[in-house]
Amino acid sequence: MAEKKWMPRWFYQLASPRWCYEITGKLLPIFAIAAVATLLVGTVWALAFAPADYQQGNSFRIIYIHVPASILAQSCYMMMAVAGAIGLIWKMKVADMVAKACAPIGATIAILSLATGAIWGKPTWGSWWVWDARLTSMLILLFLYLGIIALNSAIENAQTAAQSTAVLALVGLVNIPIIKYSVDWWNTLHQPATFTLTERPAMPSEMWVPLLVMVIGFYCFFAVAMMLRLRNEIIQRERRSSWVRDLITG
Amino acid sequence: MSDTVPNQPADSGMVSEYKVDGPFWGALKRDLLLSYRRKSDLVNPLIFFLMVATLFPLGVSPDPGFLADVAPGVVWVAALLATLLSMDSLFRSDFEDGTLEQILLSPQPLYMVVLAKVLAHWMLTGLPLTLLAPLLGVMLFLPADGMSGLVISLLLGTPTLSLVGAIGAALTVGLRKGGVLISLLVLPLYIPVLIFGSAAVQGAVTGLPLGGYFAILGAMLSLGLVMAPLAIGAALRISVSG
Repeated sequence: MAEKKWMPRWFYQLASPRWCYEITGKLLPIFAIAAVATLLVGTVWALAFAPADYQQGNSFRIIYIHVPASILAQSCYMMMAVAGAIGLIWKMKVADMVAKACAPIGATIAILSLATGAIWGKPTWGSWWVWDARLTSMLILLFLYLGIIALNSAIENAQTAAQSTAVLALVGLVNIPIIKYSVDWWNTLHQPATFTLTERPAMPSEMWVPLLVMVIGFYCFFAVAMMLRLRNEIIQRERRSSWVRDLITG
Repeated sequence: MSDTVPNQPADSGMVSEYKVDGPFWGALKRDLLLSYRRKSDLVNPLIFFLMVATLFPLGVSPDPGFLADVAPGVVWVAALLATLLSMDSLFRSDFEDGTLEQILLSPQPLYMVVLAKVLAHWMLTGLPLTLLAPLLGVMLFLPADGMSGLVISLLLGTPTLSLVGAIGAALTVGLRKGGVLISLLVLPLYIPVLIFGSAAVQGAVTGLPLGGYFAILGAMLSLGLVMAPLAIGAALRISVSG
């Protein structure tokens, strides 16, 4: 039985809800501490020590929430779609649960990104909402999340719900670049992306280092929120198995 | 699936006969025949299309200049909503009488059958909508220069709407109330087609070259033709087994 050596062992272990529950139990405090530390350091650094923008003054400081939220909202969708694909291909229950746990978090983060964008837009552009390309594609991303949540809650059978939402998430994943491109083409007023992988950021390092800390903090927070939801979901779905009963009764 | 033509003798079902028929043409013929026998369903999306377009002058302003400005978007949004409205019934009757299960069990490639069903749906909604669109254009004072852009963009765009909408229909076919849910799932995915479709009409009105718009609408259609039947097939299998 050595023909499946090409997949690392942990990949198969992930398929076991029990193993996953135990490992997330160990990882949870680490990520929680990291999230609190980075968010605290990042917030204080960003609000008190980073220099004010020469054009926008102090109002630009909302970038330290807005940009991490926008980045996270997009990567959360990516993670949901990949987890959904893994669930569809390998029939892995835990992957289904991860995908299900991602959707509400992603929707909330997208709302946060839109709200901070609107608050930032008021002093900068003079209005709460502008039909600008990047605002609009974030709004559409939120719609995709809401559609996925609606479909998931409409189907009673957990397995069917997971598979259906995985298909929808993958269709959305193919569509996101198309939507993004067409909306960009349609109208643009927003400044270009703050971070790119290939170029140095245009802002001075005193400004972007705290931003990077905040981005890392948001990712850690996401990991914590996701693991909490995942553990909840595991317990709920595995409630009939003996290890969960032992866990509850002590 | 009983898709043999009725006037053929039963014993002529040789291999060669079936190859001419094929799963694609068989499914297409069956769907067209079924909807021909329920003609009222055919007209409903068209009436809806007309009514939505009528609401705009009544609700916003009957001023010809204003209407001419918004006509490209209004006609496109109305076509999009009319397509969406007709989407829910695409797989529903087949699901309810068990035909869908037989299609999934049959050895015929699901991809072709699904493609045929979507093509039949488009021929019965998207195509008539496209042909009716110039009438709406006239009602909304769309300049005559815009008509060709309107018809060609709808001709290229409505098949994509049918293909993407069919994914939503396939995902919700097992649910009792699919109607509103379908819109939630599908409307965000319709946005690129809407943007380029109405931009093509606006471009035609202002006399811009239209090749780029049509190329992008065509690219989206090709992508949809290749990918959407896979997603529809997967979604149907999930819905039927669930």
